[in-house]
Amino acid sequence: MPQVELTRHLYQFFPTLEGRRLEVEATSIAEVIAAMEALAPGIAFYVCDERGRLRQHVNVFIGTARVTDRATLTDPVEPSSRVSIIQALSGG
Amino acid sequence: MKQRILVGTRKGTFFVERVNGAWQPRLAGHIGAGVNYVARDPVRGTLWAALGHGHWGAKLSRSSDDGATWTDAPQLKYPEGARHYLPPPPSETGPGEGAPTLKPATLLKLWCLAFGKDGRMYVGTIPGGLFTSEDGGESFALNRGLWDHESRGGDLTTGPGNGTTKWFGTPAAEGEFTPGIHSIEVDPRDPQRVLIAVSTAGVLETMDGGRTWSVRNRGLTMDYSPDPSDEWAGHDPHAIALYPGQPEHVWQQNHCGVFKSDDGAATWRKVSVPEVGVHFGFPVAVDAKNGRTAWLVPGQSDMQRTTIDSGLFVARTEDGGATWQQLRRGLPQENAFDVVYRHALHNQGDTLAFGSTTGNLFVSDDRGDSWTTVANNLPPVYSVRFA
Repeated sequence: MPQVELTRHLYQFFPTLEGRRLEVEATSIAEVIAAMEALAPGIAFYVCDERGRLRQHVNVFIGTARVTDRATLTDPVEPSSRVSIIQALSGG
Repeated sequence: MKQRILVGTRKGTFFVERVNGAWQPRLAGHIGAGVNYVARDPVRGTLWAALGHGHWGAKLSRSSDDGATWTDAPQLKYPEGARHYLPPPPSETGPGEGAPTLKPATLLKLWCLAFGKDGRMYVGTIPGGLFTSEDGGESFALNRGLWDHESRGGDLTTGPGNGTTKWFGTPAAEGEFTPGIHSIEVDPRDPQRVLIAVSTAGVLETMDGGRTWSVRNRGLTMDYSPDPSDEWAGHDPHAIALYPGQPEHVWQQNHCGVFKSDDGAATWRKVSVPEVGVHFGFPVAVDAKNGRTAWLVPGQSDMQRTTIDSGLFVARTEDGGATWQQLRRGLPQENAFDVVYRHALHNQGDTLAFGSTTGNLFVSDDRGDSWTTVANNLPPVYSVRFA
Protein backbone atom coordinates (compact mmCIF):
# COMPACT_ATOMS: atom_id res chain seq x y z
CA MET A 1 0.00 0.00 0.00
CA PRO A 2 1.19 3.56 -0.62
CA GLN A 3 2.99 5.08 2.29
CA VAL A 4 2.28 8.66 3.38
CA GLU A 5 4.76 11.00 4.99
CA LEU A 6 3.67 14.27 6.54
CA THR A 7 5.55 17.41 7.32
CA ARG A 8 6.22 17.80 11.03
CA HIS A 9 3.98 20.84 11.04
CA LEU A 10 0.88 18.73 10.54
CA TYR A 11 1.64 16.61 13.62
CA GLN A 12 1.18 19.76 15.64
CA PHE A 13 -2.49 19.75 14.63
CA PHE A 14 -2.92 15.97 14.40
CA PRO A 15 -0.70 14.54 17.16
CA THR A 16 -2.34 11.12 16.98
CA LEU A 17 -0.58 10.56 13.64
CA GLU A 18 2.90 11.20 14.95
CA GLY A 19 5.20 8.20 14.96
CA ARG A 20 2.73 6.05 13.06
CA ARG A 21 3.54 4.27 9.82
CA LEU A 22 0.87 5.69 7.53
CA GLU A 23 -0.17 3.24 4.83
CA VAL A 24 -3.42 3.82 3.00
CA GLU A 25 -5.53 2.07 0.38
CA ALA A 26 -5.36 4.47 -2.55
CA THR A 27 -4.81 4.61 -6.28
CA SER A 28 -4.81 8.41 -6.64
CA ILE A 29 -3.86 11.46 -4.60
CA ALA A 30 -7.57 12.18 -4.07
CA GLU A 31 -7.92 8.74 -2.47
CA VAL A 32 -4.82 9.34 -0.37
CA ILE A 33 -6.35 12.54 1.02
CA ALA A 34 -9.69 10.78 1.62
CA ALA A 35 -7.93 7.96 3.47
CA MET A 36 -5.99 10.44 5.57
CA GLU A 37 -9.24 12.21 6.42
CA ALA A 38 -10.62 8.90 7.69
CA LEU A 39 -7.55 8.46 9.89
CA ALA A 40 -7.51 12.03 11.14
CA PRO A 41 -10.80 13.87 10.64
CA GLY A 42 -10.20 17.46 9.60
CA ILE A 43 -6.83 16.96 7.92
CA ALA A 44 -8.23 17.19 4.40
CA PHE A 45 -9.24 20.81 5.03
CA TYR A 46 -5.69 21.57 6.11
CA VAL A 47 -4.27 20.20 2.87
CA CYS A 48 -7.06 21.19 0.47
CA ASP A 49 -9.62 23.98 0.28
CA GLU A 50 -13.36 23.36 0.29
CA ARG A 51 -13.35 22.85 -3.48
CA GLY A 52 -10.93 19.93 -3.02
CA ARG A 53 -7.94 21.71 -4.52
CA LEU A 54 -4.53 21.61 -2.94
CA ARG A 55 -3.98 24.78 -0.96
CA GLN A 56 -1.73 27.27 -2.66
CA HIS A 57 1.13 26.78 -0.24
CA VAL A 58 0.95 23.00 0.07
CA ASN A 59 3.01 20.59 -2.00
CA VAL A 60 2.38 16.90 -2.55
CA PHE A 61 5.05 14.64 -4.02
CA ILE A 62 4.87 11.08 -5.31
CA GLY A 63 8.40 9.89 -4.75
CA THR A 64 10.37 12.92 -5.85
CA ALA A 65 7.86 14.15 -8.44
CA ARG A 66 5.50 16.95 -7.55
CA VAL A 67 1.89 16.13 -8.41
CA THR A 68 0.64 17.83 -11.54
CA ASP A 69 -3.12 17.89 -10.99
CA ARG A 70 -3.56 20.22 -8.05
CA ALA A 71 -7.25 20.86 -8.80
CA THR A 72 -8.78 17.38 -8.87
CA LEU A 73 -5.90 15.28 -7.53
CA THR A 74 -6.01 12.58 -10.20
CA ASP A 75 -2.28 11.78 -10.18
CA PRO A 76 -2.06 7.97 -9.92
CA VAL A 77 -0.43 6.31 -6.94
CA GLU A 78 1.19 2.86 -7.05
CA PRO A 79 1.21 0.38 -4.16
CA SER A 80 4.91 1.05 -3.79
CA SER A 81 4.56 4.84 -3.88
CA ARG A 82 5.75 7.13 -1.17
CA VAL A 83 3.53 10.22 -0.94
CA SER A 84 4.86 13.29 0.85
CA ILE A 85 2.59 16.11 2.03
CA ILE A 86 4.61 19.18 2.89
CA GLN A 87 4.37 22.93 3.03
CA ALA A 88 5.61 24.79 -0.02
CA LEU A 89 8.49 27.04 0.89
CA SER A 90 8.05 30.24 -0.98
CA GLY A 91 11.32 31.78 0.02
CA GLY A 92 12.19 34.04 2.91
CA MET B 1 -16.91 40.81 37.41
CA LYS B 2 -13.25 39.95 36.98
CA GLN B 3 -11.91 41.72 33.93
CA ARG B 4 -9.89 39.90 31.33
CA ILE B 5 -8.62 40.92 27.91
CA LEU B 6 -8.41 38.42 25.05
CA VAL B 7 -5.63 39.30 22.64
CA GLY B 8 -5.17 37.85 19.16
CA THR B 9 -1.74 38.33 17.62
CA ARG B 10 0.24 37.31 14.60
CA LYS B 11 1.84 34.53 16.65
CA GLY B 12 -0.72 33.30 19.14
CA THR B 13 -3.47 34.05 21.64
CA PHE B 14 -2.74 35.90 24.86
CA PHE B 15 -4.79 36.70 27.94
CA VAL B 16 -4.24 39.86 29.92
CA GLU B 17 -5.49 39.58 33.47
CA ARG B 18 -5.29 41.55 36.66
CA VAL B 19 -2.82 39.90 39.02
CA ASN B 20 -2.55 41.62 42.41
CA GLY B 21 -4.00 44.73 40.86
CA ALA B 22 -1.62 44.88 37.87
CA TRP B 23 -2.46 43.84 34.32
CA GLN B 24 -0.28 40.93 33.19
CA PRO B 25 -0.16 39.15 29.84
CA ARG B 26 0.34 35.44 29.35
CA LEU B 27 0.37 33.11 26.38
CA ALA B 28 -2.97 31.30 26.18
CA GLY B 29 -2.62 29.14 23.07
CA HIS B 30 -2.05 28.87 19.31
CA ILE B 31 1.65 29.69 19.57
CA GLY B 32 3.05 30.33 16.12
CA ALA B 33 -0.33 30.75 14.45
CA GLY B 34 -1.92 33.97 13.26
CA VAL B 35 -4.93 34.80 15.43
CA ASN B 36 -7.18 37.38 13.79
CA TYR B 37 -9.82 37.57 16.50
CA VAL B 38 -10.53 36.07 19.91
CA ALA B 39 -13.91 36.42 21.61
CA ARG B 40 -16.17 34.82 24.18
CA ASP B 41 -19.69 33.64 23.48
CA PRO B 42 -21.55 35.42 26.28
CA VAL B 43 -24.44 32.98 26.13
CA ARG B 44 -22.50 29.72 26.33
CA GLY B 45 -19.15 30.85 27.74
CA THR B 46 -17.18 29.23 24.93
CA LEU B 47 -14.03 31.01 23.79
CA TRP B 48 -13.46 31.28 20.05
CA ALA B 49 -10.35 32.10 18.05
CA ALA B 50 -10.24 32.85 14.33
CA LEU B 51 -6.93 31.48 13.09
CA GLY B 52 -4.98 31.96 9.89
CA HIS B 53 -2.46 29.17 9.52
CA GLY B 54 -0.78 30.41 6.39
CA HIS B 55 -0.03 27.16 4.59
CA TRP B 56 -2.98 25.31 6.11
CA GLY B 57 -5.72 27.91 5.75
CA ALA B 58 -8.19 29.61 8.03
CA LYS B 59 -9.46 27.58 10.99
CA LEU B 60 -11.85 28.15 13.87
CA SER B 61 -10.55 27.08 17.25
CA ARG B 62 -12.56 26.94 20.46
CA SER B 63 -12.15 26.33 24.13
CA SER B 64 -14.86 25.12 26.47
CA ASP B 65 -12.60 25.29 29.55
CA ASP B 66 -11.99 29.01 29.50
CA GLY B 67 -8.77 28.80 27.52
CA ALA B 68 -6.99 25.93 29.28
CA THR B 69 -7.20 23.83 26.10
CA TRP B 70 -8.17 24.64 22.52
CA THR B 71 -9.43 22.33 19.81
CA ASP B 72 -10.40 22.77 16.20
CA ALA B 73 -14.09 23.56 15.89
CA PRO B 74 -16.29 22.21 13.11
CA GLN B 75 -14.89 24.21 10.22
CA LEU B 76 -16.72 26.84 8.31
CA LYS B 77 -16.68 26.28 4.55
CA TYR B 78 -18.18 27.97 1.53
CA PRO B 79 -20.90 25.66 0.24
CA GLU B 80 -20.72 23.84 -3.05
CA GLY B 81 -21.83 26.16 -5.83
CA ALA B 82 -21.08 29.41 -3.99
CA ARG B 83 -19.53 31.76 -6.51
CA HIS B 84 -18.64 35.40 -6.49
CA TYR B 85 -17.39 38.13 -8.74
CA LEU B 86 -13.83 39.15 -8.11
CA PRO B 87 -13.48 42.86 -8.65
CA PRO B 88 -10.76 43.75 -11.11
CA PRO B 89 -7.54 44.14 -9.15
CA PRO B 90 -6.12 47.65 -9.20
CA SER B 91 -2.98 46.48 -10.96
CA GLU B 92 -4.90 45.14 -13.94
CA THR B 93 -5.89 48.24 -15.80
CA GLY B 94 -4.96 47.23 -19.31
CA PRO B 95 -7.47 46.87 -22.14
CA GLY B 96 -9.99 44.12 -21.49
CA GLU B 97 -8.76 43.54 -17.95
CA GLY B 98 -11.27 45.70 -16.15
CA ALA B 99 -14.13 43.24 -15.96
CA PRO B 100 -14.92 41.26 -12.84
CA THR B 101 -14.33 37.53 -12.99
CA LEU B 102 -16.73 34.91 -11.69
CA LYS B 103 -15.14 32.17 -9.62
CA PRO B 104 -15.94 29.57 -6.98
CA ALA B 105 -15.62 30.86 -3.43
CA THR B 106 -13.22 29.41 -0.93
CA LEU B 107 -12.49 30.63 2.57
CA LEU B 108 -9.50 32.97 2.65
CA LYS B 109 -9.77 34.55 6.08
CA LEU B 110 -11.83 34.43 9.25
CA TRP B 111 -11.85 38.09 10.19
CA CYS B 112 -14.29 38.73 13.03
CA LEU B 113 -16.77 37.07 15.36
CA ALA B 114 -19.97 38.31 16.98
CA PHE B 115 -22.73 36.93 19.14
CA GLY B 116 -26.38 37.87 19.49
CA LYS B 117 -28.38 37.69 22.69
CA ASP B 118 -30.49 35.07 20.96
CA GLY B 119 -27.48 32.72 20.94
CA ARG B 120 -26.71 33.16 17.26
CA MET B 121 -23.03 33.30 16.37
CA TYR B 122 -21.72 35.33 13.42
CA VAL B 123 -18.44 35.02 11.54
CA GLY B 124 -17.25 37.64 9.06
CA THR B 125 -14.93 36.32 6.38
CA ILE B 126 -13.00 37.07 3.26
CA PRO B 127 -14.20 36.75 0.46
CA GLY B 128 -17.15 38.65 1.91
CA GLY B 129 -19.32 35.86 3.24
CA LEU B 130 -21.22 36.19 6.50
CA PHE B 131 -21.68 32.87 8.27
CA THR B 132 -24.08 32.16 11.10
CA SER B 133 -24.49 29.35 13.56
CA GLU B 134 -27.71 28.62 15.41
CA ASP B 135 -26.24 25.79 17.48
CA GLY B 136 -23.33 27.39 19.28
CA GLY B 137 -20.83 26.75 16.52
CA GLU B 138 -21.54 23.08 15.84
CA SER B 139 -22.46 24.04 12.28
CA PHE B 140 -22.34 27.16 10.14
CA ALA B 141 -24.37 28.37 7.19
CA LEU B 142 -23.53 31.04 4.65
CA ASN B 143 -26.02 33.89 4.84
CA ARG B 144 -27.55 33.79 1.38
CA GLY B 145 -29.42 37.08 1.65
CA LEU B 146 -26.12 38.90 1.76
CA TRP B 147 -24.13 36.54 -0.46
CA ASP B 148 -26.74 36.73 -3.20
CA HIS B 149 -27.29 40.48 -2.75
CA GLU B 150 -27.89 42.35 -5.97
CA SER B 151 -24.87 44.55 -5.22
CA ARG B 152 -22.69 41.45 -5.61
CA GLY B 153 -24.32 40.25 -8.79
CA GLY B 154 -27.38 38.48 -7.38
CA ASP B 155 -27.75 34.71 -7.17
CA LEU B 156 -24.67 33.33 -8.91
CA THR B 157 -25.12 29.68 -8.00
CA THR B 158 -26.46 28.69 -11.38
CA GLY B 159 -25.93 31.69 -13.65
CA PRO B 160 -24.07 34.95 -14.16
CA GLY B 161 -26.61 37.00 -12.21
CA ASN B 162 -26.54 40.65 -13.19
CA GLY B 163 -22.96 40.34 -14.36
CA THR B 164 -21.16 42.65 -12.01
CA THR B 165 -20.31 43.57 -8.43
CA LYS B 166 -20.26 46.82 -6.53
CA TRP B 167 -18.07 45.35 -3.82
CA PHE B 168 -14.34 45.87 -4.16
CA GLY B 169 -11.44 44.20 -2.46
CA THR B 170 -9.16 44.57 0.53
CA PRO B 171 -5.43 43.91 0.80
CA ALA B 172 -6.30 42.02 3.99
CA ALA B 173 -7.37 39.19 1.68
CA GLU B 174 -3.65 38.36 1.46
CA GLY B 175 -3.21 37.38 -2.13
CA GLU B 176 -6.57 37.86 -3.76
CA PHE B 177 -8.34 41.17 -4.29
CA THR B 178 -11.69 40.38 -2.78
CA PRO B 179 -13.92 41.94 -0.10
CA GLY B 180 -14.01 41.20 3.59
CA ILE B 181 -16.50 41.56 6.43
CA HIS B 182 -14.66 42.92 9.45
CA SER B 183 -17.40 44.39 11.64
CA ILE B 184 -20.63 42.77 12.86
CA GLU B 185 -22.80 44.69 15.31
CA VAL B 186 -25.89 42.94 16.62
CA ASP B 187 -28.53 45.21 18.09
CA PRO B 188 -28.76 44.25 21.77
CA ARG B 189 -32.46 45.19 21.86
CA ASP B 190 -33.43 43.31 18.74
CA PRO B 191 -31.09 40.58 17.52
CA GLN B 192 -32.93 40.52 14.20
CA ARG B 193 -31.20 43.82 13.44
CA VAL B 194 -27.55 43.50 12.47
CA LEU B 195 -25.11 45.95 10.94
CA ILE B 196 -22.05 44.76 9.08
CA ALA B 197 -19.17 46.70 7.58
CA VAL B 198 -17.29 45.59 4.51
CA SER B 199 -13.95 46.58 3.07
CA THR B 200 -14.62 47.64 0.45
CA ALA B 201 -18.37 48.21 0.06
CA GLY B 202 -19.54 50.06 3.16
CA VAL B 203 -22.21 49.30 5.73
CA LEU B 204 -25.20 47.03 5.26
CA GLU B 205 -28.11 46.39 7.60
CA THR B 206 -30.65 43.67 8.06
CA MET B 207 -33.82 44.15 10.08
CA ASP B 208 -35.12 40.63 9.57
CA GLY B 209 -32.40 38.40 10.92
CA GLY B 210 -30.39 38.30 7.71
CA ARG B 211 -33.04 37.53 5.14
CA THR B 212 -32.73 40.89 3.41
CA TRP B 213 -30.00 43.52 3.52
CA SER B 214 -29.92 47.22 2.65
CA VAL B 215 -26.98 49.49 2.02
CA ARG B 216 -26.36 52.15 4.69
CA ASN B 217 -23.80 54.49 3.15
CA ARG B 218 -25.77 57.73 2.96
CA GLY B 219 -23.61 60.63 4.08
CA LEU B 220 -20.33 58.79 3.72
CA THR B 221 -17.83 60.33 1.35
CA MET B 222 -15.26 58.35 -0.58
CA ASP B 223 -12.57 60.84 -1.48
CA TYR B 224 -11.08 58.69 -4.22
CA SER B 225 -14.24 58.43 -6.27
CA PRO B 226 -15.49 60.71 -9.05
CA ASP B 227 -18.76 60.84 -7.11
CA PRO B 228 -17.71 60.66 -3.44
CA SER B 229 -21.26 60.43 -2.13
CA ASP B 230 -22.43 57.62 -4.41
CA GLU B 231 -23.73 54.93 -2.11
CA TRP B 232 -21.65 52.33 -3.96
CA ALA B 233 -18.57 54.47 -4.43
CA GLY B 234 -16.38 51.84 -2.81
CA HIS B 235 -16.77 53.11 0.73
CA ASP B 236 -14.18 51.71 3.08
CA PRO B 237 -15.27 51.57 6.68
CA HIS B 238 -12.30 50.37 8.71
CA ALA B 239 -14.50 49.60 11.71
CA ILE B 240 -17.94 50.41 13.09
CA ALA B 241 -19.14 50.38 16.69
CA LEU B 242 -22.70 50.59 17.92
CA TYR B 243 -23.65 52.03 21.29
CA PRO B 244 -25.46 49.21 23.09
CA GLY B 245 -27.58 51.48 25.27
CA GLN B 246 -29.07 53.37 22.33
CA PRO B 247 -28.27 51.51 19.13
CA GLU B 248 -29.20 54.58 17.07
CA HIS B 249 -25.71 55.82 17.86
CA VAL B 250 -23.21 54.22 15.50
CA TRP B 251 -19.59 55.25 14.97
CA GLN B 252 -17.39 54.57 12.03
CA GLN B 253 -13.68 54.97 11.48
CA ASN B 254 -13.49 55.09 7.71
CA HIS B 255 -10.55 55.28 5.33
CA CYS B 256 -11.75 58.78 4.48
CA GLY B 257 -12.46 60.12 7.95
CA VAL B 258 -14.57 59.50 11.04
CA PHE B 259 -18.33 59.32 10.70
CA LYS B 260 -21.16 59.27 13.23
CA SER B 261 -24.78 58.25 12.80
CA ASP B 262 -27.56 59.29 15.16
CA ASP B 263 -30.23 57.32 13.35
CA GLY B 264 -28.98 53.76 13.37
CA ALA B 265 -26.76 54.12 10.28
CA ALA B 266 -29.55 55.47 8.06
CA THR B 267 -27.42 58.59 7.58
CA TRP B 268 -23.86 59.46 8.52
CA ARG B 269 -22.10 62.74 9.08
CA LYS B 270 -18.39 63.36 9.04
CA VAL B 271 -16.98 64.29 12.42
CA SER B 272 -13.26 64.17 11.70
CA VAL B 273 -11.14 67.13 12.65
CA PRO B 274 -7.80 66.70 10.87
CA GLU B 275 -6.45 69.78 12.65
CA VAL B 276 -6.45 67.79 15.91
CA GLY B 277 -5.23 64.61 14.29
CA VAL B 278 -8.59 62.91 13.93
CA HIS B 279 -9.08 61.60 10.43
CA PHE B 280 -7.30 58.39 9.43
CA GLY B 281 -7.12 55.27 11.54
CA PHE B 282 -8.59 51.83 11.98
CA PRO B 283 -10.37 51.15 15.29
CA VAL B 284 -13.23 52.87 17.07
CA ALA B 285 -14.76 52.15 20.48
CA VAL B 286 -17.96 53.60 21.88
CA ASP B 287 -18.74 54.17 25.53
CA ALA B 288 -21.19 51.78 27.16
CA LYS B 289 -22.85 54.60 29.09
CA ASN B 290 -23.07 57.36 26.50
CA GLY B 291 -23.37 57.01 22.76
CA ARG B 292 -21.80 60.43 22.24
CA THR B 293 -18.50 59.29 23.75
CA ALA B 294 -16.07 57.40 21.54
CA TRP B 295 -12.37 56.66 21.26
CA LEU B 296 -10.05 56.31 18.27
CA VAL B 297 -6.34 55.71 17.77
CA PRO B 298 -5.54 57.93 14.80
CA GLY B 299 -2.71 57.52 12.36
CA GLN B 300 -1.09 60.12 10.15
CA SER B 301 -2.83 59.28 6.86
CA ASP B 302 -3.49 56.48 4.42
CA MET B 303 -0.24 57.36 2.70
CA GLN B 304 1.68 57.32 5.98
CA ARG B 305 0.26 54.69 8.28
CA THR B 306 2.16 55.56 11.42
CA THR B 307 1.60 57.69 14.46
CA ILE B 308 1.34 61.43 13.97
CA ASP B 309 4.75 63.06 14.50
CA SER B 310 5.99 59.79 16.07
CA GLY B 311 3.96 60.22 19.27
CA LEU B 312 1.11 57.87 20.18
CA PHE B 313 -2.24 59.18 21.38
CA VAL B 314 -5.83 58.11 21.78
CA ALA B 315 -8.51 60.57 20.65
CA ARG B 316 -11.70 60.90 22.67
CA THR B 317 -14.88 62.80 22.07
CA GLU B 318 -17.64 63.23 24.63
CA ASP B 319 -19.94 65.35 22.51
CA GLY B 320 -20.68 63.20 19.50
CA GLY B 321 -17.57 64.22 17.58
CA ALA B 322 -17.88 68.02 17.81
CA THR B 323 -14.63 68.22 19.78
CA TRP B 324 -11.79 65.79 20.38
CA GLN B 325 -9.16 65.44 23.07
CA GLN B 326 -5.74 63.91 22.54
CA LEU B 327 -4.99 61.54 25.43
CA ARG B 328 -1.23 61.01 25.69
CA ARG B 329 -0.43 60.45 29.37
CA GLY B 330 1.50 57.20 29.74
CA LEU B 331 1.83 56.60 26.00
CA PRO B 332 5.19 56.86 24.18
CA GLN B 333 5.70 60.30 22.68
CA GLU B 334 9.07 59.86 20.97
CA ASN B 335 10.08 57.40 18.27
CA ALA B 336 6.74 55.62 18.46
CA PHE B 337 5.49 54.19 15.19
CA ASP B 338 2.69 52.00 16.45
CA VAL B 339 -0.22 51.22 14.16
CA VAL B 340 -3.39 49.98 15.83
CA TYR B 341 -5.47 47.63 13.74
CA ARG B 342 -9.27 47.77 13.48
CA HIS B 343 -10.02 45.14 16.15
CA ALA B 344 -7.22 46.10 18.51
CA LEU B 345 -9.03 48.73 20.64
CA HIS B 346 -11.80 47.84 23.07
CA ASN B 347 -13.45 49.06 26.22
CA GLN B 348 -15.42 47.74 29.15
CA GLY B 349 -16.75 50.12 31.74
CA ASP B 350 -14.10 52.75 32.38
CA THR B 351 -11.30 50.45 31.21
CA LEU B 352 -9.84 50.62 27.73
CA ALA B 353 -7.14 48.55 26.09
CA PHE B 354 -5.34 48.59 22.79
CA GLY B 355 -2.47 46.76 21.16
CA SER B 356 -0.26 47.74 18.27
CA THR B 357 1.62 46.30 15.35
CA THR B 358 4.85 46.83 17.27
CA GLY B 359 3.73 44.49 20.03
CA ASN B 360 2.85 47.11 22.60
CA LEU B 361 -0.24 46.74 24.73
CA PHE B 362 -1.66 49.58 26.81
CA VAL B 363 -4.50 49.71 29.32
CA SER B 364 -6.31 52.66 30.85
CA ASP B 365 -8.51 52.36 33.92
CA ASP B 366 -9.72 55.95 33.77
CA ARG B 367 -11.48 56.22 30.42
CA GLY B 368 -8.28 56.98 28.56
CA ASP B 369 -7.03 59.85 30.70
CA SER B 370 -3.86 57.88 31.54
CA TRP B 371 -2.34 54.69 30.24
CA THR B 372 -0.20 51.85 31.60
CA THR B 373 2.10 49.79 29.43
CA VAL B 374 1.21 46.14 29.88
CA ALA B 375 3.53 44.61 27.28
CA ASN B 376 6.21 45.79 24.87
CA ASN B 377 7.23 42.63 23.10
CA LEU B 378 4.11 40.85 22.00
CA PRO B 379 3.77 39.78 18.37
CA PRO B 380 1.89 42.29 16.20
CA VAL B 381 -1.54 42.65 17.81
CA TYR B 382 -4.60 41.91 15.67
CA SER B 383 -7.44 41.99 18.20
CA VAL B 384 -8.14 43.11 21.74
CA ARG B 385 -11.45 42.18 23.34
CA PHE B 386 -12.66 42.25 26.93
CA ALA B 387 -14.33 39.03 28.00
